[in-house]
Amino acid sequence: MTTYILRRILLSIPVLIGILFATFALARLIPSDPCRAMLGEKATDDVCDDFLRRHGLDKPISVQFAVYLREVLQGDFGRSFRFSMPVTEILIQRLPTTIELSFAGLFVSILVGIPLGVISAVRHNSWVDVLTMLWANIGISMPVFWLGLMLAYIFALTLKGTPFQLPPSGRLSPGLITVPFYETWDLDPTSGTLTFTILDFMSRMNILNGLLNNDFDLVKDAIVHLILPALALGTIPMALIARMTRSSMLEVLGQDYIRTARAKGLRQRVVVMKHAFRNALLPLVTVIGLSLGGLLGGAVLTETVFNLSGVGRILYEAITARDYGIVQAFTVVIAVFFVILNLVVDISYAYLDPRIRLE
Amino acid sequence: MTPEIQVGAKLDSEGKSLQSVSLWNITRRRLLHRKSAIVGMVILAILVFIALTAHWLAPYDPIKSMLDVKGYPIRPAKREAPCIHAFGCPPDQPQHIMGLDGNIRDEFSRVLYGARLSLFIGFATVTFAIFTGALLGAFSGYFGGWIDNSIMRVMDVLLAFPSLLLAIAIVTVLGPGLINALLAIGIVSIPAYARVVRASVLSIREMDFVSATRALGGDTVQILFRRILPNALTPLIVQGTLGIASAILDAAALSFLGLGAQPPTPEWGSMLGAERNQVFTAPHLVFFPGVAIALTVLSFNLLGDGLRDALDPRLAHVS
Repeated sequence: MTTYILRRILLSIPVLIGILFATFALARLIPSDPCRAMLGEKATDDVCDDFLRRHGLDKPISVQFAVYLREVLQGDFGRSFRFSMPVTEILIQRLPTTIELSFAGLFVSILVGIPLGVISAVRHNSWVDVLTMLWANIGISMPVFWLGLMLAYIFALTLKGTPFQLPPSGRLSPGLITVPFYETWDLDPTSGTLTFTILDFMSRMNILNGLLNNDFDLVKDAIVHLILPALALGTIPMALIARMTRSSMLEVLGQDYIRTARAKGLRQRVVVMKHAFRNALLPLVTVIGLSLGGLLGGAVLTETVFNLSGVGRILYEAITARDYGIVQAFTVVIAVFFVILNLVVDISYAYLDPRIRLE
Repeated sequence: MTPEIQVGAKLDSEGKSLQSVSLWNITRRRLLHRKSAIVGMVILAILVFIALTAHWLAPYDPIKSMLDVKGYPIRPAKREAPCIHAFGCPPDQPQHIMGLDGNIRDEFSRVLYGARLSLFIGFATVTFAIFTGALLGAFSGYFGGWIDNSIMRVMDVLLAFPSLLLAIAIVTVLGPGLINALLAIGIVSIPAYARVVRASVLSIREMDFVSATRALGGDTVQILFRRILPNALTPLIVQGTLGIASAILDAAALSFLGLGAQPPTPEWGSMLGAERNQVFTAPHLVFFPGVAIALTVLSFNLLGDGLRDALDPRLAHVS
């Protein structure tokens, strides 16, 4: 098992370097003058030369890449031209929103998708099955941004005044004051240290912060604001998971050992959950891992629709403003996250199925 | 009277001529047995019909504002709600099945013209991706060694990005616009086809008929393009059909973000993006283009699923 894990980790290193090079090359290929994009069209050559020198953009590309690699390995993504602050700082501010949103989306999709898939496999060809598969087909065909807008319209306008009314934008109700949990806990970390960064990062996830603070009004408000974005973002993976669960379950339910289990007189619930579902889980791990990548892509659209200031939104803004640093950093972080995720999926696969690690 | 037997026709042991059963015939028969595939084909046929005849079907010009339409009876307002005579809209008012948009254009006409663009986007990107991907995959699988390694590692890097994000990054480099968006989505989808073709080539390369061609003196080009690639076509068709669906979705997303088709082009994603802030006041302008996207994507998804089941050799005995 250890050899397998080590081999998988070693295999992903070239991919990681490739990602770094690809993002570096992409950002450098942007066909515009970063100086004039930042300082305005009228900037003189002298001013621009100085600007390029200050940001190291006058050196040969190979040197720039080497410098870039060294900095990234130290967790330094340079400064953003536009916000004139370290990109890492912006990342720490914005990532929690996206993480919260992605997990909420994944949570919704697993919570609804797996039971739907199991039920429609057990009741194969019944109306539940037909409806689920119809819904799954429609679910994977809807554009995320359209679904988001329609949900906002239905739950914020049509259902206004009913208990089902939900807010269509933002992360918290305006006026709600949040206190970082480390202040109530009297931790008082020094600004700039790693401890502070980690605590600050955690406190920016509203639900986590509210729970650690025992502030359940905050938790409730944050959850209420997350429902619509999570539904919009979670629908496509939900449909994929439901389909995969169904086909995987159908395959397992046809096996001899299921018949044996039934012949022994085991209850239906035990047969389905213990004998069938556990064995059907394997392909699901892959689908869930892969949907997280889709979730990250969908987060850009969902954050735009619901006005959430997360990674996706700032990435889009940075691209329109040609802010190299941010584009590079965010693409790298998301791609690296995706690679690690695939690694985890592969390893859990080997853990769940001994045949794989023995190969 | 004995039936005439064509020269060269295959005969079975009793001398009757065998009906040739092509893969195409089996596939068609199996496809027609699946309700979902039929639904997909029907929707797709309607969409193709709309796309081909949009200039006859559309009641108004998709780009010209109603203010410029000669003989228009009333002074039109921005984002007017749908007016359908059959549903009680006064007959003295001009009919707009899907209302007017923010630039006082007939939404229905724009949605109809959008079918043209979306189908074009789907086919164009997938054609590009299939050609490039199949070529890369074929070389990779056939030659192996360092060629295989270097091509597949590049594909791994491409696959390491969430596809929409990579497409966004590529469009930034190329600049916003429909053609660049198509190119970006095409590039992003190459790895999927390369992998599919590589896998088929790896398995077909070792088969006897390929060795036979080599023994008969066939050159690499002939073996690759006449012997191997045609046999790798089946998974490619399935992947391609499903690929069109995701290409249309991604293109709509790019246009929604303002990176794809630019106004006033009647593209569903950009129509949605232009009116997204008006969702509370004019929901029809968001609703209809989205439904159009979903229906188009749905038709390709259903057809792709049906094709996969129909072309699966493991189901061969069911024909």
